[in-house]
Amino acid sequence: MRLEFTDEEQSFREEVRGFLREQLSPEISDKVLNGYELGREEHLLWQRRLHERGWGGMGWPVEFGGPGWNSVQQYIFEEESALAGGPRLIPFGTKMVAPVIMAFGTAAQQKRFLPKISAGEEWWCQGYSEPGAGSDLASLKTRAVRDGDHYIVNGQKTWNTLGQYADWIFCLVRTDTEAKQQSGITFLLIDMKSPGITVRPIMLLDGGHEVNEVWFENVRVPIENRVGEENRGWTYAKFLLGHERTNIAGIGIAKRELARLKRIAARECLHGRPLIDDPLFAAQVAQVEVDLWALEITNLRVLSAERSSPAAGPEASILKIKGTEIHQSISELLMRAVGPYALPFRREAMEAGWQFDPTREPPGPRYASTLAAAYFNQRKLSIFGGTNEIQKNIISKMIGL
Amino acid sequence: MNFEFSDEQRQLHDAVERYLNEQYTFDRYQSIKRSAAGWDASVWRGLADLGVLAITVPAAQGGLGFGPLETLAMMGDCGRSLLLEPVLSSAVIATAVLRAFADQTTAGELLAHMGAGEKIAVLAHFESDARFESQWVTTRARRVGESYRLDGHKGVVMHAGAADMLLVTARTAGEAGDAPGVSLFLVPRAAPGVVLDAYPIVDGQRAADVYLQNVEVPATNRLGPDGDALAAVEAALDIGLAALCADAVGVMQALVDATVDYVRQRQQFGHPIGRFQALQHRIADMLIHLEQARSMTYLAALRCTDEDVGERRRALSAAKAVIGQAGRFVGQQAVQLHGGMGMTDELKVSHWFKRLTAAQLMFGDSDTHLQRFAALTRVR
Repeated sequence: MRLEFTDEEQSFREEVRGFLREQLSPEISDKVLNGYELGREEHLLWQRRLHERGWGGMGWPVEFGGPGWNSVQQYIFEEESALAGGPRLIPFGTKMVAPVIMAFGTAAQQKRFLPKISAGEEWWCQGYSEPGAGSDLASLKTRAVRDGDHYIVNGQKTWNTLGQYADWIFCLVRTDTEAKQQSGITFLLIDMKSPGITVRPIMLLDGGHEVNEVWFENVRVPIENRVGEENRGWTYAKFLLGHERTNIAGIGIAKRELARLKRIAARECLHGRPLIDDPLFAAQVAQVEVDLWALEITNLRVLSAERSSPAAGPEASILKIKGTEIHQSISELLMRAVGPYALPFRREAMEAGWQFDPTREPPGPRYASTLAAAYFNQRKLSIFGGTNEIQKNIISKMIGL
Repeated sequence: MNFEFSDEQRQLHDAVERYLNEQYTFDRYQSIKRSAAGWDASVWRGLADLGVLAITVPAAQGGLGFGPLETLAMMGDCGRSLLLEPVLSSAVIATAVLRAFADQTTAGELLAHMGAGEKIAVLAHFESDARFESQWVTTRARRVGESYRLDGHKGVVMHAGAADMLLVTARTAGEAGDAPGVSLFLVPRAAPGVVLDAYPIVDGQRAADVYLQNVEVPATNRLGPDGDALAAVEAALDIGLAALCADAVGVMQALVDATVDYVRQRQQFGHPIGRFQALQHRIADMLIHLEQARSMTYLAALRCTDEDVGERRRALSAAKAVIGQAGRFVGQQAVQLHGGMGMTDELKVSHWFKRLTAAQLMFGDSDTHLQRFAALTRVR
């Protein structure tokens, strides 16, 4: 038993650090480290940088143009990238649809879609949730009816993340209304420029435009854009949901935000002394830090076990629940750390491309301006990707209840 | 990184588990608990035969020369079986203290006897006003010719009644709160002037307040240099803390298993109560606490002998904070989910709960360690 990474893993970490030093621009990392949003082009630019290095298809096997990293290497990359202020990876292309296309798609689909995902030339989004189908995903109603060489799609998707930037959407649609819920679902790849698609923003509590409703009105989708067999989509969807779990806890981002919390709490004052020295506040920071330390080791245990066989137990749900709780605690402490200057709310300060105007300082310290919005935004963590309550259902099923 | 136990560690665990499953049944535990001594010499003999008592005794003293990972591998079994015998106090903590002085004849011989199961020694260090501040030593030792005379009071000394030898810290210089000036003495429990006020603690293990009144020991019973024993004592306490954490996680695992079994068979309203979501989610929370706690026992075992004292304590405090909180949650919820049955003396559940409660209170509770963690982290 040992906690340290192997020498090869350490030198891989050094390689990642070197890449980040060379390729990550201060403009980008400054935004990420200070909680500002990035825009479409900034994300795609980063994907292109990764691609040029041969890392565009992170987690992909070599045969599909990936670097062939194991889950430990992916974990190391994501941790180092997070700590350095690298953009978070938008998962819909590389981590979600790509593995499904690799596993179940045709050679033509693989050739058509995978290279552009890796190269950052096409942005993907997800069409899963519907107004009536959230945690109960299989109850989805969006219909696809065969018409010659096409499917005609009608319906509505919601909670679609960053679809306003997307070139393609992968969708679960119902192709058989008679069959058992899970058996009548098909997995389609749909061009977002298709006539009949309307994207409407859903404004969120933090004032941001991060999710959308996507409406499909007689959208024609060529049959060759179906993945796998008709009515087998649920199997592919489950494969996708079980696929990405190595970084589900977001340890690197949590470490970065905890360090930021400590920096801010060292600059904020209470009774003329640094807030970080206030026993009550310090205890709350210490609490989240020990919980994070424990979760980091729990995550490493899962990774280590996955070297021999993929985890099939409740591990992913444990990482998701505890990870999101920790992220939410940190975001709440960050907001509370700045006291009254968490109150002024200027939405434009959050937006991508917004440049700090030195002639018009925001009220309070610069770092305060995004914290309340970030706290609001982070409430999503325990809701998306299977609510934490659903995760607890999964855990109890796994242990035989 | 890897989290696998070695073959040797697994064999040790298997042997201890098998022995305790066969020999240390719940009935046996109950009768030992009710006995006058509160521990059983034949069990001690059995543990010695298995090698458990010699795990961390150096090879030079006839031991196995193993470390915290081997201790970790078998401590969970001790917790799960509710072992009342002084494995933690004698075979882990006192052994770790004596290892630091093994080149002294008195310590070396005692270690050999302990490993063979012939002698029991316990550390008598904390005092009633100290809570868990290890520098708070007011017990005094005066040099008189070729001997020392000790006066003082040690509080809640685990398994003092079972011990042949007490390892007593006493001040030869300085004041309470000073690190320098603390010396260490071997004091036979039967020495004139040693008075024990013995009692069971909450989980049935035995302890005593130890009063020392003009207790005379030869100067050769002082271990290590005059006034310079605290670091060795603290190092041993840190090793003990890691082992206590492993014991507690063994108990938590047992409680989670027992609770899952119970809610699957207990019927109410025509269903096993494990079908009710409120209970399922509680058990999921117990499992999360358990896994987080298990992770921290690994950290504690891997770091408890770290040369860097600050880093060592930071890790141990993080571990004890997390494990104390986890133990509280798992113990309380296991009782709750067993309903009225959880309140009875009849099921192991209440006994495990009390063992976890004791573990929370030993070596400093979660608040104490969270505070120490914050202080150690702040200066980094």
